Amino acid sequence: MSEQTLDARNLLCPLPVIKTQDRVENMKPGECLKIICTDHGAINDIPAWSRIYGHEILSIDEQEYEIVIKLIVGDK
Amino acid sequence: MTNNSDNNRERKAVALVSGGLDSMLAVRLIQEQGIHVEGINFFTGFCVEGHTHAIRKKDRDRPKRNNALWVAEQLGIKLHIIDISEDYKDIVINPKHGYGANLNPCLDCKGFMVHEALKWMQKHDFDFLITGEVMGQRPMSQRKDTMPVVSKESGAGDLLLRPLCARLLPETKPEQEGWVDRDQLLDISGRNRKPQMALAKKYGFTEYAQPAGGCCFLTDANYSSKLADLWQARGEKTYEIDDIVMLKVGRHLRPKPSFKLIIAREEGETNFLKGYRKKYISLNTISHSGPIALIDGETDSDDLELAARLVARFSSGRESEFVNVEIRQKNGESKNIDVVPFRADEIPQDWYV
Repeated sequence: MSEQTLDARNLLCPLPVIKTQDRVENMKPGECLKIICTDHGAINDIPAWSRIYGHEILSIDEQEYEIVIKLIVGDK
Repeated sequence: MTNNSDNNRERKAVALVSGGLDSMLAVRLIQEQGIHVEGINFFTGFCVEGHTHAIRKKDRDRPKRNNALWVAEQLGIKLHIIDISEDYKDIVINPKHGYGANLNPCLDCKGFMVHEALKWMQKHDFDFLITGEVMGQRPMSQRKDTMPVVSKESGAGDLLLRPLCARLLPETKPEQEGWVDRDQLLDISGRNRKPQMALAKKYGFTEYAQPAGGCCFLTDANYSSKLADLWQARGEKTYEIDDIVMLKVGRHLRPKPSFKLIIAREEGETNFLKGYRKKYISLNTISHSGPIALIDGETDSDDLELAARLVARFSSGRESEFVNVEIRQKNGESKNIDVVPFRADEIPQDWYV
């Protein structure tokens, strides 16, 4: 499975979602996007956005200052 | 003239979704009439949406969510979040209709957002726009005399429908064409929120955001005074996104017109400001625990010493004879100096922005 990485560190809500939205637009169903962010709001926002659009959250790894979220692009 | 097949197709509306109750209700009213609705939420750079909470560690345990996304999920609609922060600068800097109580250009802002939503609507082949506006609810953009201004100046004209107060306004195209039934629209006016709360109960919306004073930092007096200070110091009304993010973080002190210090107030802010060390000169105390500080503006060596003394004041070494402070340039080069911390009574109140 091909994987892309999005560096959304130091971006505040809703920019991590906007960057995710823009990146996913150019990806194919089944591809994996790894998003690294520092705004802990992304833990709720990126899954909420993914549910709305039918993308699957593979994992959420919450560390002290960084969060790594992996999603699988759903059908468009 | 429209033909029969055009008349029979499903109509589509795009809604401005702020994340508050009013736009939530407006969407549901229109969904109930069989209209397909999708939402737009604009990022201006001044959106409140928990930014301070996102940075400050002590607030991290509070539940935090993007209300517009949450509302979209409750309503079962798609939400398109659009970054308009670059073009929005002109609205903040040169509002044709002026500012409200602070640096909030509400009337220009609403007109601009409706205009941007209209462009999106046309590009994606939607039929009309809806907002959650209520006549008389806001002192600038939601008055009987200014709501037609928004319709006209945005270019939306009669394609802009405000379902919560539509019956107080002239008929719009969606009503004239029979896409929506005007009799099922509402006539809510004023600042009393009881009609909206009753409607929320009817629809089973038990949880919704109630932002006090809107969802924009520009309505906040403290934030606006920091932005005014920035413009005054620069001698021109300009800003970059980093500037306006910084206004939300830390304690700001301006000892001289040529520079100000942004001093972290706690660990979360310290970590956030560390991410900006390649864009600003930074200071942090070495001999004692203390906050990181960034310098915004131009400084000479005397200014840097003064800045170091201020940072020392906010460290645990404030009562010490000397505090060792590291001054780090944007390119990573650094030097350390020993400074005498300012005493509390040595810092003029007017340095605090």
